[in-house]
Amino acid sequence: MAIRLTKPDDDSAIYVYEIPVRLWHWINALAIIVLAVTGYLIGSPLATVSGEASDHFFMGYVRFAHFAAAYIFLFGFLGRIYWAFAGNEHAKELFLPPIWKLSFWQGVWHEILWYAFIAKEPRTYVGHNPMAVLAMNALFVWPSLFMIITGVALYGEGAGYDSWQYTLFSSWVIPLFGQSQDVHTWHHLMMWVIICFIIMHIYTAVRENIMSRQSIISAMVSGWRTFKEPLKK
Amino acid sequence: MIETFYDVMRRQGITRRSFLKYCSLTAAAMGLGPEFVGKIAYAMENKPRIPVLWLHGLECTCCSESFIRSAHPLAKDVILSMISLDYDDTIMAAAGHQAEAIIEETIEKHKGNFILACEGNPGLDEGATGGMSCIIGGKPYTEQLRHAAKNAKAIISWGSCASWGCVQAAHPNPTGATPIHKVPDIGNAPIIKVPGCPPIAEVMTAVITYMLTFEKLPSLDRQGRPKMFYSQRIHDKCYRRGHFDAGQFVEKWDDDAARQGHCLYKMGCKGPTTYNACSTIRWNGGLSFPIQAGHPCIGCSEDGFWDKGGFYNRLSNINQFGIESNADTVGIGSAAVVGGAVAAHAAVSALKRSQQKGGQE
Repeated sequence: MAIRLTKPDDDSAIYVYEIPVRLWHWINALAIIVLAVTGYLIGSPLATVSGEASDHFFMGYVRFAHFAAAYIFLFGFLGRIYWAFAGNEHAKELFLPPIWKLSFWQGVWHEILWYAFIAKEPRTYVGHNPMAVLAMNALFVWPSLFMIITGVALYGEGAGYDSWQYTLFSSWVIPLFGQSQDVHTWHHLMMWVIICFIIMHIYTAVRENIMSRQSIISAMVSGWRTFKEPLKK
Repeated sequence: MIETFYDVMRRQGITRRSFLKYCSLTAAAMGLGPEFVGKIAYAMENKPRIPVLWLHGLECTCCSESFIRSAHPLAKDVILSMISLDYDDTIMAAAGHQAEAIIEETIEKHKGNFILACEGNPGLDEGATGGMSCIIGGKPYTEQLRHAAKNAKAIISWGSCASWGCVQAAHPNPTGATPIHKVPDIGNAPIIKVPGCPPIAEVMTAVITYMLTFEKLPSLDRQGRPKMFYSQRIHDKCYRRGHFDAGQFVEKWDDDAARQGHCLYKMGCKGPTTYNACSTIRWNGGLSFPIQAGHPCIGCSEDGFWDKGGFYNRLSNINQFGIESNADTVGIGSAAVVGGAVAAHAAVSALKRSQQKGGQE
């Protein structure tokens, strides 16, 4: 399957993911990998290095990578929220699943049947399917926000009392959880929630790419959604 | 007329020279500039001694033990005399009814003007112990505490017991031990938390000295702890921090890294999550502190430090998922379940698809 960045020849193709969304998606994916690996290493550092302390700065670099990726993640998230307002209608899906609509829940139910091998035919979607929207909102958007708030609060502890991180976040987040150690534990647990989401996300993206009626993976590269059969209007 | 601190010091045979030395060292301990030495000396010479009631609830007396070891020049002898320590059952001469009468007398005489120093906390659980887990002079400690607290100018919560609950409040907390600020109907006096098990002696004396000198409470953080001692973590000023940044850790108690004084992070050191002044002021007159002695910090000045799993584990236990589980065991378990489910689902999907294709052909 060749992936092209320009409009496909197919006339039914629809431009779904605009450039900022696609850029954010892949930069964010990279940031999350860095955050998860370095975060794990902060909790469970590698075996000790020998020699003089002044010859090494391993934990320093690990923490630096974590903080740098965290800032990319934070500002990426803020930028993505901005794009939910500035971008096309699909840019909003992630943040506002229409949980007040019956048709949305009917769509979720259909996806459950489809994934339970009961429904034989997949439906066609221009944007995400309802189950995907729900999963991304519950298992990615909110956990991300949680990671940002607890993460900045933990960073503020090192930045000190006069830092904006401490004033705006640490000062209330840490007492809210009890103490610093609890914030660490929750921050750590939520990493695993996001990792579980990523496993499901990659699996369903690959599966839908093969088994559903529309392109998935190439759409996040080129932005264009193509359909295996003409779209029913 | 109540004696001034200076009067008391002179009466005890302390020279003016020693007195001024004490003032300058106190100023340094509180992070004040040299110009404050005169202010402290003036206050000590002119202000009457503030009466202090030191009440003991459920506790182990380690706060008192620490306090009387304040190695700050003169503090050991003087701070106890400086404040008018009207009642402290551990170290006072009076006993029995005479001792108890002093509490009432102080409250009457200095209504709204004395400092209530709380060591320990009350057990509020009426169910398990009938509220009888701490009886002083035939009455529940809770009553004595409330009565004194409502008439006090300010309350100092000494140690982790009074500040957070400490060991007696550890799960399942059979007596309902409750930190002072969470006791219902405690009145409106401001509460200063000086956590630690025990708090550092010099921190205790400096908090009192600050209050006497400036006639106001020290600047407190959001959780009610004096900023001058609890605004940084042990980790931030730890002399082994260089080894942490380098990635040099003690892996076992008797390994080479332990002998070389490397970072105790992997041995469960809670320095990175503990707000206290141990790594700067240290203990026993600045001689040492736990990490310097080769033992990880157990986080004794933090809320709930007793219920976070082993002192020697880096990650907190999450007992809801079974004994000895932590964020990683829970996380790796969940990821394995999700991964397994995904693999199984993929296999079934592939099977169904090949069946379908076979059917179509």
